[in-house]
Amino acid sequence: MTGNFALRAALPRSSVGLAALALCALFLIIVVPLLNLVVPDGSPFHLADYMVPLLGKYLCYALLALALDLVWGYCGVLSLGHGAFFALGGYAMGMYLMRQIGSRGVYQNPVLPDFMVFLNWKELPWYWYGFDHFWFAMAMVIAVPGLLALGFGFLAFRSRITGVYLSIITQAMTYALLLAFFRNDMGFGGNNGLTDFKDLLGFGLQARGTKIALYLGSVIALGLGLAVTRLVVATKLGRVMMAVRDAESRVRFLGYSVTSVKLFAFVLSAMLAGIAGALYVPQIGIINPSEFSPGNSIEVAIWVAVGGRGTLVGAILGAVAVNAAKTYLTAAFPEIWLYFLGGLFVLVTLLLPNGLMGLVGWMPRAPRVDAVAKEEKHA
Amino acid sequence: MRSFGLLFVVAAGLWLLPVASYADDAAASPDSDAAAPAAALRDFASGVGALNGDSFDDKIAAVNFLGGLNDPRAVPVLQALANDALFVTSDNAIVLKSGDQYLDALTAKPVSIANPDDLSEITINNRLRGVLQGVLGQLSLLSPDPALRIEAAQAIANQPTADAADRLSAALAKETVASVRQAMQATLSLIDLRSTDRARRLAAIDALSGSTDPRVKGQLETLLTDEKDAELQKAAQKAIASITFRLKIVQVGVSLFEGISLGSILLLAAIGLSVTFGVMGVINMAHGEMIMLGAYSSFLVQQAFHAFLPARWLDAYLVVAVPVAFAVTAGVGIVLERTVIRFLYGRSLETLLSTWGISLILQQVVRSIFGPDNQAVANPSWMTGGVPLIAGFILTWNRLAIIIFCFLVLGALAALLRFSQFGLYMRAVAQNRAMAASMGIRTGRVDALTFGLGSGIAGIAGVALSQVGNVSPNLGQIYIVNCFMVVVFGGVGSLWGTLVGALSLGVATKFLEPWAGAIVGQILVLVFIIVFIQRRPRGLFALKGRTVEG
Repeated sequence: MTGNFALRAALPRSSVGLAALALCALFLIIVVPLLNLVVPDGSPFHLADYMVPLLGKYLCYALLALALDLVWGYCGVLSLGHGAFFALGGYAMGMYLMRQIGSRGVYQNPVLPDFMVFLNWKELPWYWYGFDHFWFAMAMVIAVPGLLALGFGFLAFRSRITGVYLSIITQAMTYALLLAFFRNDMGFGGNNGLTDFKDLLGFGLQARGTKIALYLGSVIALGLGLAVTRLVVATKLGRVMMAVRDAESRVRFLGYSVTSVKLFAFVLSAMLAGIAGALYVPQIGIINPSEFSPGNSIEVAIWVAVGGRGTLVGAILGAVAVNAAKTYLTAAFPEIWLYFLGGLFVLVTLLLPNGLMGLVGWMPRAPRVDAVAKEEKHA
Repeated sequence: MRSFGLLFVVAAGLWLLPVASYADDAAASPDSDAAAPAAALRDFASGVGALNGDSFDDKIAAVNFLGGLNDPRAVPVLQALANDALFVTSDNAIVLKSGDQYLDALTAKPVSIANPDDLSEITINNRLRGVLQGVLGQLSLLSPDPALRIEAAQAIANQPTADAADRLSAALAKETVASVRQAMQATLSLIDLRSTDRARRLAAIDALSGSTDPRVKGQLETLLTDEKDAELQKAAQKAIASITFRLKIVQVGVSLFEGISLGSILLLAAIGLSVTFGVMGVINMAHGEMIMLGAYSSFLVQQAFHAFLPARWLDAYLVVAVPVAFAVTAGVGIVLERTVIRFLYGRSLETLLSTWGISLILQQVVRSIFGPDNQAVANPSWMTGGVPLIAGFILTWNRLAIIIFCFLVLGALAALLRFSQFGLYMRAVAQNRAMAASMGIRTGRVDALTFGLGSGIAGIAGVALSQVGNVSPNLGQIYIVNCFMVVVFGGVGSLWGTLVGALSLGVATKFLEPWAGAIVGQILVLVFIIVFIQRRPRGLFALKGRTVEG
């Protein structure tokens, strides 16, 4: 019975949606690897090797956007610090990859990563212990962002910090982390971050097969993420989340614990962001403190807004669309990119409050956040 | 200013070229008749005459003799010699060049030189230059300028000799200015620390225990390692302890000043934000870019002064830059409010995003026009330099000016809010928008003007920031997070909250800095605010009323 419910919740309701989902999955899981691996190099249909990690990167961003949409679109919590959770997941993965380098680094130290040898460190700091085990690193990918979100969210939601105040202090959180990770003393490689990775679980990161595998891992993670978030918003908990978004005080008066609901969404979202970061790092090959910069986190919000918040699928669409445009514009017209991005922020908020998904007519229940919020505000 | 100095150096270098070739000639023909016979050194006149001696040894002897005379008239002559501006005329009189005119070295009266080509310069070498510097340093003790006398006394402390000590004692006997006496006595005590006489050492230690100079502490510490006498050791330890204590107090003073300075910058930057946030409930993420535009306005005003007005007017550019920056940024702000922000009222998260987009566009506009590099905005001459209060602590004019300016702006704003009709409307709209509208206040107009006012103040902040930091397209990004922290900490919409928030954050940052380092200090402040806001979600000075929720 519950399994049936879960399946129905996770899958699109309409047959058109189901078909679109199946087509996307087919393309991402089967067509892309085939075009890269099987179609010969000279063919116009061949997918160049650099494109695979690029697509993988878009998918990681899409998962990050999905995570933000869960808290912003459904719970009304606009976090401008989601880049921090993403980066923390990335750092946890990066630490594992650093340990895997072993004595193949420039200084050939079997235990210490190159930057620690360079800084004259004598032994591994305690918080690097365990990162030579893959399972431990993966646990940390989820646990570190989750715990940070739990602590931060508990304090913030318990004191009923809402709206722009919450946005600003999440921004302060990621800014503080940015400053901290820039320091060499922290033991995370300072402003160079972690890089020069060699292999993952024994597979060389430069190999074609590994790249495809990481890409497929991103597809699966995104698919699972979408399924889980859709499931969550379809449950009663999801209903309460939306009620909190639309009329927080009323939900509180009705006897629900608003803090717990928000905290659940925030922590789940942070964990998803951490997973996205962990998949991002081996495909890009570097993680450095600039991932913590407040600007990055705000950019995630615009991906979600472009796609249409409160739709989950829209967040994925928005992230892919904006990043594809970014890849094209920064190469073809580098001057124009910031005008484009800035214009996007202004025009989408002014003219497309429901994003791309609002344009597509078959999205039946695009939530009207603003009407209710406005009504509360001016009440 | 700097470019003039550079010109001067280049010009001096050009002067040296012919001089060097002349020196070679002179060395090649020692029996040249250009050299005057070495006179016996009797008085000032004969000493000046001997400066044109045959050999550098003769010249050194003459310089030392002139130094020993303790005659203030020798200072300009020796300075001219050091600057290659001392000449011999065809009838063996010695003149010095001062600006465009020539002065007689003995009488300091202008003389007319028919043909400057007839003059031959008195040459110096590096050894003579060294001697000249030493003698000039000692003679400066007699200079009419007290600042120069203090400098000379302190210079002796770096290279103390018995001879210099005697001169210093002589100068001290004649000295009347208290601050100069103090500097001289401190130097004498430092010299006495090395005296062989135990009583003099003890007296010197006692005299120095009131110092605030880290160098004195260092000297006392070296003394402590060499000293055998137990009583002296004890005295030295006590003196060191007392200096350390004073240094700590000075450090507190320095931190306080720097903190207030940082706080006033934060206050200027954040106060406009507080106004728009408080009255309109609008988060303006482009606020930092308004600051940046203000800084670029002051850069443009400076360039316009350079291009169109005489150089002596340049110092006034800052006075013009303030209203210009205000007008420019207020204009941009009103345009933004009318075209974008007014459509987003009541949707504060959307406003946040769209103003962020505007900030990206503004940054790129400025980058496209001016390029990504820093632009040079110079301090006017009346804002350069500072007053040294005590050793190791200089109150710089530009920081002081910003502190004063910031409080003037705050006062003006408070007066505007309190006494003007527009201020009354603003407060009414901030307290209850619907009620204000129903009383006939045109809230849309008030919103536009408020946004213009907030942006204009940001522009003024940009003028101030251009005086202490770099002017680059990223200027706004550096301050925006801290501005928000100030507003959130102090309480939205409260001027006093912003004042207290900015100053306490500035002072806290500067007090944490020496203890934890600049970056950790900043992180601690951020963490503190994040925790603080849990206790008081509406800031220190929250607006009270029924409309606060929501």
